[in-house]
Amino acid sequence: MSAGLRRLRGRVAIVGVGESDEMGRLPHKSALALHAEAARNALADAGVAKADVDGVFSAGRWMSAETAEYLGIRPRFVDGTLIGGCSFIAHVEHAAAAIDAGLCDVALITHGESGASRVGMPGTRFAPDSERMQFETPFGLAGPPTGYALAAARHMHDFGTTGEQLAEVAVATRKWAQLNPRALMRDPLTIADVLASRLIAWPLHLLDCCLVTDAGGAVVLTAAERARDLPKPPVYVLGTGECATHVNVSQMADFSRWEAAEVSARQAFAMAGVAHADIDHAMFYDAFTIVPIMGLEAAGFCKRGEGGAFVAGQRTAPGGAFPMNTNGGGLSYTHTGMYGIFTLIEAVRQLRGECGARQVAGAKISICHGLGGMFSAAATLIAGTEIP
Amino acid sequence: MPPYSGVIPVPTPETRPFWEAARRHQLVLPRCRACGRLHYHPRAACPFCLAGDLEWQPVSGRGRLHTFTVVHRGLPNFPLGVPYVLAIVELDEGPRMMTNLVGVEPDPARLRIGMRVEVTFADVSEEIALPHFRPAEEGR
Repeated sequence: MSAGLRRLRGRVAIVGVGESDEMGRLPHKSALALHAEAARNALADAGVAKADVDGVFSAGRWMSAETAEYLGIRPRFVDGTLIGGCSFIAHVEHAAAAIDAGLCDVALITHGESGASRVGMPGTRFAPDSERMQFETPFGLAGPPTGYALAAARHMHDFGTTGEQLAEVAVATRKWAQLNPRALMRDPLTIADVLASRLIAWPLHLLDCCLVTDAGGAVVLTAAERARDLPKPPVYVLGTGECATHVNVSQMADFSRWEAAEVSARQAFAMAGVAHADIDHAMFYDAFTIVPIMGLEAAGFCKRGEGGAFVAGQRTAPGGAFPMNTNGGGLSYTHTGMYGIFTLIEAVRQLRGECGARQVAGAKISICHGLGGMFSAAATLIAGTEIP
Repeated sequence: MPPYSGVIPVPTPETRPFWEAARRHQLVLPRCRACGRLHYHPRAACPFCLAGDLEWQPVSGRGRLHTFTVVHRGLPNFPLGVPYVLAIVELDEGPRMMTNLVGVEPDPARLRIGMRVEVTFADVSEEIALPHFRPAEEGR
C-alpha cells in the first residue's frame, strides 16, 4: 500500500447525515425533491450552511450537476461517479481525497430516487445496440433478481449454501427493522415465511429481494480539524476502497465470488490499520440475501464459501455476535435502487450513539460495504469515533 | 414469420459478423491473433491484451451448464413464457455465454450445473437467430 493512502486516514470526517423527510411510496415527490430534503436535513445535522458547500457528489446521469443547480450551489469540485448503489460510498473516498488536497472544503453527497413511483427520474434504458441488449436481455435477463440468482445458484453448487441460510439474512434484518421506526417493513418474519414466499428467480424468493421505495439521503464531510468545531462528534474516515470489474453479469469471472469487494475491503482495512476483530458494527449492502453472504466472504470476515454458515443462527440479528444492517437494511428499511447512502447514514448514527432501541452498545468502529450493479462493483468505508 | 415479442439484438459494426454467422446457424467467436485467446461477447479489441487484430473462429457449440436460474418473474411478453431457464454456458473452447436452456423442464430439480449442452438456434427475425442451448449426451 502506498504511503499516500495511509496519510489520508483520519484526515477527513463525516459531520452530517440525513434522510428525506418522508420515505416509502411518495408519488407526490420527484427524485430531485428527495435530494433537496436529504441535503437540507444533513446540513442541519452538520451545523453547516449551504453557502459553505463547495463540493457536490452524486450518482446518476447528470445527477451531480443537476443536483447542484437544484440546490443553488456552484461547487468548485464535482463528482458524478456512477458504479451502482455503492457509488455514494465511493464518493466518500473521493471527497476525502479532494478535501485533503484542498480541492474543496465541505463535501455534500446526495442521493434521491423515486424508485417505486418513478417521478422525475432520469431514463435507465440501455441502447438497443448495447452489449446488454444484444447479449443478455434477448435471453430474458430481467433486471437484478435474475442476475443475482445466477450467482446464488452457483454459490449453492460450489459451497452447499442453503435457502435457509439465505433466509437467515432476511429474518435477522427484519428484527432490526422492528427496532427502527423509519423502517418500511416491520411485521414479524420467519425463515419459513421467506421460503414460502413466491419464487422470483430460483433460488431467490420474493422475501430474499429488497424493497423498492422512494427516498433520499445525504452526507456532509469536511476536514477533521474543522469537524471538531462542529456540533456533532466527528466520524472519521479511516479506510476506503473501491473496485469495478464488469457491468454485464455474463462477464462475471467467478459466479460464486465477489471479486470487486475483495479489492475494496482489502484496501480499506489496510488504510484504516484496523483488524476484523476491531469492527463493532457492520453495514453490508443487502439488495438480495446472497449479497451480504458473499460480501462477508469477500471482506474477509469468513472464508470463501462460509458466508452461509456465518449468518446462521441469527448471528447478525439484535443480540447476535455480529450486529449487521441495524437500520433494517435494503430488505426491510428502504431500498430506492441505489441504497449505499443509507449504509453511511446508519453507520454514523450508530457511532454517535443516536440509535435508541437498536443502538449497538459502545460502537466505535463501523464498516460500510457497498454493492454496485450485479456483483459488478464495490466500495468500502471503515469509519470510527477516534483515529486509532 | 409472426412478430416476435422478445428483444431482438441490434448489431454494431463490431458484432455484425457474429450475428450474420448466427443467422446461418453457425457459432463463431472472435479470436485474438496476438495472444490467441477467444472472447465473448465480441469486442473491437481483445479484452486480454487489447490487440485489435481479431479473426472469427467457428466453435463447436458444445459446452457445460455453468450456472442458471429458473425465472418466474421475467420480462413482459418474453416469448419463452414463465418459468424459463436463463443460463450461463461455458463452451468447451472456454468463453461463457448468457443464453436460454431449452428442451428441458424449467425445474431446478431436473437441471444440473455441469450438464452437457449444445447450441440450437432460434430464428426470431429475418436477420437474427438467437443461440439457445439444449441438453446434450454426456461424452459429446
